Amino acid sequence: MIKAILIFNNHGKPRLSKFYEHYTEDTEQQIIRETFHLVSKRDENVCNFLEGGMLIGGSDYKLIYRHYATLYFVFCVDSSESELGILDLIQVFVETLDKCFENVCELDLIFHVDKVHNILAEMVMGGMVLETNMNEIITQVDAQNKMEKAETFIFQSTRQDR
Amino acid sequence: MPAVSKGDGMRGLAVFISDIRNCKSKEAEIKRINKELANIRSKFKGDKALDGYSKKKYVCKLLFIFLLGHDIDFGHMEAVNLLSSNKYTEKQIGYLFISVLVNSNSELIRLINNAIKNDLSSRNPTFMCLALHCIANVGSREMAEAFASEIPRILVAGDTMDSVKQSAALCLLRLYKTSPDLVLMGEWTSRVVHLLNDQHMGVVTAAISLITCLSQKNPDEFKTCVSLAVSRLSRIVSSASTDLQDYTYYFVPAPWLSCKLLRLLQCYPPPEDGAVKGRLVECLETILNKAQEPPKSKKVQHSNAKNAILFEAISLIIHYDSEPNLLVRACNQLGQFLQHRETNLRYLALESMCTLASSEFSHEAVKTHIETVINALKTERDVSVRQRAADLLYAMCDRSNAKQIVAEMLSYLETADYSIREEMVLKVAILAEKYAIDYSWYVDTILNLIRIAGDYVSEEVWYRVIQIVINRDDVQGYAAKTVFEALQAPACHENMVKVGGYILGEFGNLIAGDPRSSPLVQFNLLHSKFHLCSVPTRALLLSAYIKFINLFPETKATIQEVLRCDSQIRNSDVELQQRAVEYLKLSSIASTDVLATVLEEMPPFPERESSILAKLKKKKGPGAVSVTDLEDNKREGGELNGGGDRGPDTSAMAASNASTPSPSADLLGIRSAAPIGAAPTSAGSLLVDVFSEAGPAAPSAAVNDDGFLSSAPPSEDPAAPLSEADDLLNKFVCKNNGVLFENQLLQIGIKSEYRQNLGRMYLFYGNKTSVPFASFSTTVSCPGELQSQLNVQSKPVEPVVEGGAQIQQVLNIECLTDFSEAPLLNIKFRYGGALQNLTLKLPVTINKFFQPTEMASNDFFQRWKQLSQPQQEAQKIFKANHGMDTEVLKAKLLGLGMALLDNVDPNPENYVCAGVIQTKGQQVGCLLRLEPNAQAQMYRLTLRCSKDSVSRRLCELLAEQF
Repeated sequence: MIKAILIFNNHGKPRLSKFYEHYTEDTEQQIIRETFHLVSKRDENVCNFLEGGMLIGGSDYKLIYRHYATLYFVFCVDSSESELGILDLIQVFVETLDKCFENVCELDLIFHVDKVHNILAEMVMGGMVLETNMNEIITQVDAQNKMEKAETFIFQSTRQDR
Repeated sequence: MPAVSKGDGMRGLAVFISDIRNCKSKEAEIKRINKELANIRSKFKGDKALDGYSKKKYVCKLLFIFLLGHDIDFGHMEAVNLLSSNKYTEKQIGYLFISVLVNSNSELIRLINNAIKNDLSSRNPTFMCLALHCIANVGSREMAEAFASEIPRILVAGDTMDSVKQSAALCLLRLYKTSPDLVLMGEWTSRVVHLLNDQHMGVVTAAISLITCLSQKNPDEFKTCVSLAVSRLSRIVSSASTDLQDYTYYFVPAPWLSCKLLRLLQCYPPPEDGAVKGRLVECLETILNKAQEPPKSKKVQHSNAKNAILFEAISLIIHYDSEPNLLVRACNQLGQFLQHRETNLRYLALESMCTLASSEFSHEAVKTHIETVINALKTERDVSVRQRAADLLYAMCDRSNAKQIVAEMLSYLETADYSIREEMVLKVAILAEKYAIDYSWYVDTILNLIRIAGDYVSEEVWYRVIQIVINRDDVQGYAAKTVFEALQAPACHENMVKVGGYILGEFGNLIAGDPRSSPLVQFNLLHSKFHLCSVPTRALLLSAYIKFINLFPETKATIQEVLRCDSQIRNSDVELQQRAVEYLKLSSIASTDVLATVLEEMPPFPERESSILAKLKKKKGPGAVSVTDLEDNKREGGELNGGGDRGPDTSAMAASNASTPSPSADLLGIRSAAPIGAAPTSAGSLLVDVFSEAGPAAPSAAVNDDGFLSSAPPSEDPAAPLSEADDLLNKFVCKNNGVLFENQLLQIGIKSEYRQNLGRMYLFYGNKTSVPFASFSTTVSCPGELQSQLNVQSKPVEPVVEGGAQIQQVLNIECLTDFSEAPLLNIKFRYGGALQNLTLKLPVTINKFFQPTEMASNDFFQRWKQLSQPQQEAQKIFKANHGMDTEVLKAKLLGLGMALLDNVDPNPENYVCAGVIQTKGQQVGCLLRLEPNAQAQMYRLTLRCSKDSVSRRLCELLAEQF
């Protein structure tokens, strides 16, 4: 099971946090900090797996991460998941984001937190993997975008927006 | 106004985010956020009804603020309102807010449930998915109650869209995990299993997680999934890379699903059906073959996906552990990976090999890679990989390679990361002991360990070396010589001083013949370290000194001089001062014979499981590091005398001054222990309580109306107390220590101590067989009203008891008020697969809390008369069961805990006793009179207590004793 999915940048600023188990807000923030601390001090080219921090469950859990340009994508999983499988899943997630945002960058994640959550929700649900086929995911996301657009044009033409 | 970009932009949101990003300082950011929070709050509270768009925008802002780490304490209601919007965008943002911010305890769940109910019945697949997601994300019990029966229907209905099916499968899984009792699969089982055959791979992907979880919990009901999984796997593995279209990932067909299918198969033993098994073996061979084929792409994703399947296949092969051919191939494949340039593969190969090393078919094959693994330990840049290498070395160690592996681990220790040193030390210590053929090697290894990593050598390790040296006389001389040499170093670790002090104190005589290590030289060497050591070590050294006086009378004057100096007999530390004073006195007044007896060489320690092994196991098996509970463990090791675990120092002390209240002589340590008053009644013990009241014959459904229990196999419930449980209990009324229970498999020993209304009981579970007990667990429960009378807290025990080993459990007991029943101890474990389940009564009886009270004859009778109300007295006349020997009777009465009063009863044949029972709430005064009639072989027993229930209970208990 996936316990948490975290994205933060090279400075530890969270860009997405999704917990599939309940923690208090404080603990969630501490977990993000702890995870950043564990992951960021690692060299490039070392392995992509390490034991989880104490807050997230210690050695029963693994952190599996990838580092892309300015962002770290970290999945915290238990022993029932295949490490390499999760690495591939991260890749699918990133490629999907890349397709949806057309060359995704950190700013896209900042300004479209809700979108990122929706895309993730098409892949992972309640800590389990829902779909791994990128085209299927994108089809769902596109369908949502269409509905959204239709509604936007009907209900919102011009307005003072602040 | 600018046109809305991409049709989805919310300008206000973008501006706010930009503002935040432009903030120069944390303070500015907080200020901006607070301003925005105030703005949103006022908008939400304002009179003007907000349109859906504005609500959506504000909720998005709140999400962003939340992500930055700020608490959001409002907006929940607005989000719930968005759920009932007809517009997709608004509904969606409402659900998003709830899945991120609402936890399962929220009071809003009922409102949310309403919205979900509407969406589930909307037949709009998008809305249904949103609702299912929300259930899966929140997963509260209330949601399970509301939807657990609905979701399976959606999952298996013929007209459900694939995407909804996927969501429904995972939603159900989540509910099953949080409230398994509410999800009743029964009628759905076979249809759910058949989802493995679904045409849509996405549905299979989601369903397999559900099926795996259900199979783990109910393997029998779901075992048809094995053949379905094999055929699905076989179709994927044999397909061309283009057959599965979108589910082909970098030229690998459906890697994720393949991994999950292989995982599912790991829930079961190898298929019994020959055809299915043949097909599976074929799949596994194909997967192994593919690993040798040239890659279809140079991309790392390609090899990742391929290897993900390969590693799962290898795990399955190891899990089956029945195909020598496949096992050896797997081992060779892993061997290749050990030298792979990808760090990830090296890591995983080391990890898999660790499990492979324990298979008898492949242990030898794994051993051939020793050089590579040692090299990995020395050269890997990544500490996670080095740690795996150390684990593997530990797992592959046997008699043939122990010396090499221990030497390599020792040399690695000098540079090892701090985070893994303690574990490494334990592993080295265990291997050295386990595979020691000549014990001089063992002694050398441990002393090296102390030299290299002294700070990480825990008490267990140095206790253990002393135990072994004491038990083996062939190594004592060597040990004395070696520690003597080790202590020559100008700076040596304090642990070395402890071991040195102890061993020279016991066996210094074995090297005293050599003038270079004459008694005085030995003493001066030890004493030169004295002032640099901590109090416990100094205490140990003082004991070594007094032992020296016995071993070498010629050192007596020198040592007495040392003891006599102010820094010793006036030391500010009570323990040290006391030892100095007592040892000095002992050495000056006791005759040589007395000295020789008191300070005799330590007797051999009883053999039992190495305490170090127990400690490593505590660290969750090979590979895991976590330091918890260890402090406790250490302390108990030192305090609980009588077993092999005892700290050497304590025993030396006990030999010299048994009567003095030194910290280590305080066996109970109750005073310093944490208060036991906290409510210990866990849900688990509640359940047991109910059971023991209902009795074994009552149907379990009566206990818990939700039916979960009734579906559990009956053998998992605590068994009814053994028929002889009462007899066993009676054996312990007048004594505190002994063997409580014994059968062919298990022996349970007890040591207990009581003081006032508190007690501590040590239970020793001994495995009499050579096979480990698995899933070993114990539960202590207080049935019925006992729950409010007695407080029993227990620490969990190790889940595995190795063959021939013994584990210990400590119970803390507090008597709240007087009681009649005994707490129940339920023990469950698996022996060779069969569940053993037995329940005993714990010998905690009211008399354990007696404080003896001495009183004179007239006091006694005065009080006797005061307790003259009829209900205060209990009397029984009964036949003697055990003979009427005076001494035996006296011993029993003393064991009872009361004071046995002489010269009180006018008839010298009679016995009278007095005592006060200490409970938390009150004290109960008790008087006893036992009148034997030797001619008739009868007794008359009379009890008078200030509380009538106590009189009755004591009378009942005692009537069985004489």
